[in-house]
Amino acid sequence: MSKVVANADEAIMHIQDGAVLMLGGFGLCGIPENCIAALVRKGVKDLTCISNNAGVDDFGIGLMLQKKQVRKMISSYVGENAEFERQLLSGELEVELIPQGTLATRCLAAGYGMPAIYTPAGAGTEVAEGKEIRSFNGKEYLLEYAFEANYAIVRARQGDTEGNLIYHETARNFNPLMAMAGKVTIAEVEQLVSAGELDPDCIHTPGIYVHRIFQGVNYEKRIEQRTVRQHK
Amino acid sequence: MALTKEQIAQRIAKELKDGFYVNLGIGIPTLVANYIPHGIKVVLQSENGLLGIGPFPEEGKEDPDLINAGKQTITTIPGSAFFDSAMSFGMIRAGKVDLTVLGAMEVSQSGDIANWKIPGKMVKGMGGAMDLVASAKNIIVAMMHTNPKGESKLLPHCTLPLTGVRCVKKVVTDLAVLDVTETGFKLLERAPGVSVEEIKSKTEGKLIVEGEVAEITF
Repeated sequence: MSKVVANADEAIMHIQDGAVLMLGGFGLCGIPENCIAALVRKGVKDLTCISNNAGVDDFGIGLMLQKKQVRKMISSYVGENAEFERQLLSGELEVELIPQGTLATRCLAAGYGMPAIYTPAGAGTEVAEGKEIRSFNGKEYLLEYAFEANYAIVRARQGDTEGNLIYHETARNFNPLMAMAGKVTIAEVEQLVSAGELDPDCIHTPGIYVHRIFQGVNYEKRIEQRTVRQHK
Repeated sequence: MALTKEQIAQRIAKELKDGFYVNLGIGIPTLVANYIPHGIKVVLQSENGLLGIGPFPEEGKEDPDLINAGKQTITTIPGSAFFDSAMSFGMIRAGKVDLTVLGAMEVSQSGDIANWKIPGKMVKGMGGAMDLVASAKNIIVAMMHTNPKGESKLLPHCTLPLTGVRCVKKVVTDLAVLDVTETGFKLLERAPGVSVEEIKSKTEGKLIVEGEVAEITF
């Protein structure tokens, strides 16, 4: 059975209202642009989105927020998005903020088949409320559970027909972790090649974690904070 | 004269040592990179998955796949490495990062820090700050001594939701350099021309002054 699908619409076609999605990316860097656009076209609602950030008003997950498709966001940082803030303050949107390393490690745990991990992040703060706390070598750690997501949606620079993925620079971020963590993982790649064309020594995500793959089109790769060198 | 933000960064840069791996937070901490002393090698860690942050790119050479944790376009230095977010926080948690510099809204005399949330006003999230403060061996806070209302940010106890407890080792403000000790904030240095009395009046937390307090030099 081939993992290769024609496009984003086909890749996300089975995603239903109420699904729990993981979306790769840090800010707008490495986000699955094609799949987000397809989710907006499909109009699925009541989604729970696990993603480090929530995009900006008119790009990334911000596009899904505009269409009120997201019921709950699980993120570490959600600034720079006025519509997000409005929905949060009006109570339309539920938000769970968790430390970034905890977010990453809860993905990792899911992909490694571990039900939970202990982390010191948030000990002694409101993040620890209601959580099991255990002391190791005199230091407090919180028990944090592996995520359970119906779908993980990631972007890679290259992928092959077996689903093997290679990421580029800091666009890697959460992508390989989420790729491992979804019950079904959808990968959009900037370049799709035949099996054998990628060096097996250089694969970041082995194809076993990837269920559907397609070559994306028309990447905008918007820059959130364009910063250049000042010449004095 | 109180220090400028650039001068706060410049003073913190004196704490860097050859071979340090350093994580710099957003704001004043980012400026520390401009003042790394000559003759020492420091590798900057970006928690979105890079060791070896270089300068900002030349105009026209911006790469959307290459950003820092503040989402600014950056470059890499020779010998840099990319990794995923779990490994990034893995190296932080495992204590491989020698120094973390971050901003704060409040610091308590026992080293608690609050910098992620103002209930009812600002809910942007903690990003990687809670992971960093929970694990870093050495944490320096860079901030103004008082808030825009003129109230002390160095307190007996934080009033805002905490980011971490008993973790800050040193605070560098526009007025002073202070160590967080078992018994309170120990005044180490004062900004040029700023009196010990002024620092006392603007420090709500317990301030320890022993003998002559030297002026900050760069």
